[in-house]
Amino acid sequence: MDIKQLYTDLILEYNQDATNRRTIENPTVHEHGHNPNCGDDIDISMVVENGVIKDIAYTGSGCAISQASTAMMMELVKGRTLEEARHLVNLFLGMIRGDVTDDSQLEELEAACTLKDISKMPVRVKCAVLAWHTLDMILDRLGKDKKK
Amino acid sequence: MNTEIIRKDFPILKQEVNGHPIVYFDNAATTQRPEPVLRAVYNYDITGNGNPHRGAHVLAISASQAYDGSKETVRDFIHAASVEEIIYTRNATESLNLIERSYAETHLKKGDRILITIAEHHSNLVPWQRACEKTGAELDYIYVDKETGHFREEDLAKIDDPRVKIFSFAQVSNVLGIDFDPVPLIERAHRHGAIVIMDGAQGAPHKHTDVQALDCDFYTFSGHKMCALTGIGVLYGKKALLEEMEPFLRGGDMIEQVKEQETTFAPLPARFEAGTQYTEGAVSLAAAINYLQHIGFDFIREQERKLTARALEGMKQISFVHIVGPDNPEEKEGLIAFTVDGVHPEDVAQILSADGICIRTGHHCAEPLHTYLGINSTCRASFYFYNTEDEVDYFLDKLAQVRKVMGYRD
Repeated sequence: MDIKQLYTDLILEYNQDATNRRTIENPTVHEHGHNPNCGDDIDISMVVENGVIKDIAYTGSGCAISQASTAMMMELVKGRTLEEARHLVNLFLGMIRGDVTDDSQLEELEAACTLKDISKMPVRVKCAVLAWHTLDMILDRLGKDKKK
Repeated sequence: MNTEIIRKDFPILKQEVNGHPIVYFDNAATTQRPEPVLRAVYNYDITGNGNPHRGAHVLAISASQAYDGSKETVRDFIHAASVEEIIYTRNATESLNLIERSYAETHLKKGDRILITIAEHHSNLVPWQRACEKTGAELDYIYVDKETGHFREEDLAKIDDPRVKIFSFAQVSNVLGIDFDPVPLIERAHRHGAIVIMDGAQGAPHKHTDVQALDCDFYTFSGHKMCALTGIGVLYGKKALLEEMEPFLRGGDMIEQVKEQETTFAPLPARFEAGTQYTEGAVSLAAAINYLQHIGFDFIREQERKLTARALEGMKQISFVHIVGPDNPEEKEGLIAFTVDGVHPEDVAQILSADGICIRTGHHCAEPLHTYLGINSTCRASFYFYNTEDEVDYFLDKLAQVRKVMGYRD
């Protein structure tokens, strides 16, 4: 495989995009994500008001795939409702698993749909999904809190 | 001896990746296998396979001869006093766990200390945490100087503490790769009666090792890091220590007599080798040792030093590459951990892989060392005698382009 197929200009651009690489004072919720083997490490903070993600940001370090994927996810879910965010997380994870392949369905993921080919690179899957799994855990927690 | 001839023995090195010849620089993780080793296993399987030490038929006997014969080769290789001191395991990790279970847990008590270094592989660290949990002993570390990578002088004094009952360290760190003389450290620990364990996983494959001259009490290594198959490892232990130790695993072949309610155990080394053993692994290990001795450890050392020196020299010229540990080739074994400014190790490895270059990334099973050094993860290039200077030059050329591939305009 040509290395340019993996490190597309879009991924390289998002890798260096620092818009949401910051800390949030007094977040509603906060979660840590970690890939023990490669040392990818992120902290996601989120502000939720009336079921809408008002702000989301991260700190930490990771490879270009994990950083780009995180930046794409944040851009995508900011301003969405928790239900919409859940749907997008499921769609992304489905794409990476190779379960959802229809491009018209994946358009919803905006920039993140360009990570589709990662599903064919088993060693990099963990990089691409780190932020999304972390958000998934956050949504689980918020869901439980709500039921209480 | 020259590498051009040697490389003919390694079919895997003839492969190409994306039209580039494969450059295998991940030898500290596992090494490649030469045809004489593969042939030895094949020959055993087509002519001599049976269950060693069981039965009287011709194949049981040939299997026993292959298995026991390999022990003599290993004994000679590390200069142990007798084959009774050579126990086969799956790998160095299992060897260290065996010592933890069968020695540490029965010999340590509250107030005792286990001393290791911060540069240990998890295999020589996690088992000692268990020993401490089980016995109430404490785990202490010798730290390294963050600049030079060498042990801190003031921490070496910990060896003299009479509470230290076990002192365990890697012959060569798989991250820092520093060449040092362990004998003074072993002597210091012995002065107050501590036992000394050397993890030779990164030592035995690369240098002449004499366990009697070192006078370590235990020595461990893995076959797959020295041209043998995966799944065969060695525990050397001084006979007097092994004899008083509890068996590790129990079952067939490690017994003397079994009654309904009790068992007496076989003499060394069988008492530590329960169940049908990995005879192909043993055969491969003996063949690998014969092969390495045929190449010669002087040649192996010299070739690795040449490659390490050339790589270090070139890497120092690339402004965005930083070497972890010493960058003086005189102090180094054949492995170099490094980082690249602005490019995560995983990406460095992926980019190099597209050009056929295989390096390792991550924390190399030495997470506490990385945490201590304040680095999340590193890249590592590690050499063996079949690598060439041309490969090093090719690697340096591609390494210099890594930031460009990632979109930086330096």
